[in-house]
Amino acid sequence: MEFGQKRVILLTGDYGCGKTNLAVNLAILLAEKGKVSVVDMDTVNPYFRTADFGETLTKRGINVVFPQYANTNLDIPVLNFDLESVISESDFTIIDIGGSDAGAYPAGRYESLLKSLGEQLEMLYLFNMYRLCERSADEIVKTLREIESACRLKCTGLVNNSNLGAETTRETVAASGEFAEEVAEKTGLPIRFTCVTENEKPDETHLPIKRLVTLPWETEREI
Amino acid sequence: MEKVLMKGNEALAEAAMRAGCKCFFGYPITPQTEISAYLAKNMAKRGGVFLQAESEVAAINMVLGAASAGVRAMTSSSSPGISLKSEGVSYIAASDLPCVIVNVQRGGPGLGGIQPSQSDYFQATKALGHGDFQMIVYVPASVQETIDMTYLAFNMADKFRTPVMILSDGLLGQMMEPVVFPTVDVQIPDKPWACCGHENKRSHNIINSLYLQPDILEKSVNERYERYEIIKQTCPMAESDFCEDAEIVVAAFGASARVAKSAVNAARAKGIKAGLFRPQTLVPFPVEQLNKACEKAKVVLSVEMNKGQMVEDLRLALNCRLPVEFFGRHGGIIPSVREVLGQIEQIHERIK
Repeated sequence: MEFGQKRVILLTGDYGCGKTNLAVNLAILLAEKGKVSVVDMDTVNPYFRTADFGETLTKRGINVVFPQYANTNLDIPVLNFDLESVISESDFTIIDIGGSDAGAYPAGRYESLLKSLGEQLEMLYLFNMYRLCERSADEIVKTLREIESACRLKCTGLVNNSNLGAETTRETVAASGEFAEEVAEKTGLPIRFTCVTENEKPDETHLPIKRLVTLPWETEREI
Repeated sequence: MEKVLMKGNEALAEAAMRAGCKCFFGYPITPQTEISAYLAKNMAKRGGVFLQAESEVAAINMVLGAASAGVRAMTSSSSPGISLKSEGVSYIAASDLPCVIVNVQRGGPGLGGIQPSQSDYFQATKALGHGDFQMIVYVPASVQETIDMTYLAFNMADKFRTPVMILSDGLLGQMMEPVVFPTVDVQIPDKPWACCGHENKRSHNIINSLYLQPDILEKSVNERYERYEIIKQTCPMAESDFCEDAEIVVAAFGASARVAKSAVNAARAKGIKAGLFRPQTLVPFPVEQLNKACEKAKVVLSVEMNKGQMVEDLRLALNCRLPVEFFGRHGGIIPSVREVLGQIEQIHERIK
């Protein structure tokens, strides 16, 4: 899977589809090619968010931007950053927005800025066949359209992120192939890549990703 | 039996619908949000009712109403919201009504915080409301167990005509794990006491918690306590790991039991005889299981996300025959495996 053609990658999808995990993986991957900013625009989800990786990513020279009150005890959806300067000062910007249409509304505030990027913007829709709320292609089409209308932007590609968390195997991912094709057909969008476990080899259609969003009692690991 | 990946909160909501819950009443609060959101989206599609009430007080009284009509009903909230429901819970217990109450705990006291906590142990087990009453309390420690206990909670509520609490926490509610939904045939027992229309075929039923005669009130409380005795005999649940020869028994429930389990495994790898005791019910407290798990124990260490609440029940259940120590973090901070292992090692140094 080749990255680096698009300057801004906006990750969308239903909540729990793996946006944050992919955002952190992509940030690390793209940091080899240039200056990366990762923006946590999640105003819906209180835990398990990109802001959790602030320290680790900063150490790698990645600029981490998140809402003022993320990971505090305040449940206040304030986005107090200047996205335009973040994008203009970075070679690559990854934007991790909240799940479903509720989480996509804040991105709508940046509609004109993001649209002005034209071909430089990739808006990816992630799906996971193993989520109960994403069991049918029709359901996914519905959520995708809701998200597009909430943020007033159009998705440009799909990511097949079908996984079972810590229990994901090669077979888990392989079994989602047919389903992914159906989603591509019904949405009319190309599958940009399929996420596979980290020990797999990358190729044109497969991106090995690490499971970085883990639970507090799992073995601490190096990113 | 297909595996799916679910958040604790949405798994609980899905399980409730599959267990025959037809009415949900709630009021928004973090971190229980996904329970309400999931039911708002799906309840009507499955022939049930989702209603966002004007307050927690209204919601719990709507549960009282639905339960009176014989319907499986549920409400969910997080810590401060549960406090508001307490009067209604007492009325439900006094009216001998079955229902399920979910508390996805956050930090307290007061408005506290939105990060995970287990500081409502006392509230859930000792007095979720005024008066002489008890309530079965289940404490899951994984997303799968959250599902299994949701089915169980509805069944026990109906069986004993009592409110049942599922005591979850922010972490269990928000985290994702692969799960399998059981394929069970849900059997809802007949409820001849329900106010669902007598059609002139029977005398009318009354659901009430007001007793004008003290002797009748005393009799009704005594009858309820006879039922609690059966619950105490038949409902306690607990899990023990490596306790057969354990000199240090780490006791923990819910999310902190997961941390404790990893710490116990790490201690065993270092040759320390540590074990894990995990209550799955807090009421009734698994007294017998605890004593069995502590047969070889020299010290019990309670690990909680609060200032030390279960520690009291442990001492009571052990009749103070063993020292029960405590380690906890609170305010939304989850104890780390390293911290708990450190505590186990310290105790090990002292007793060897």
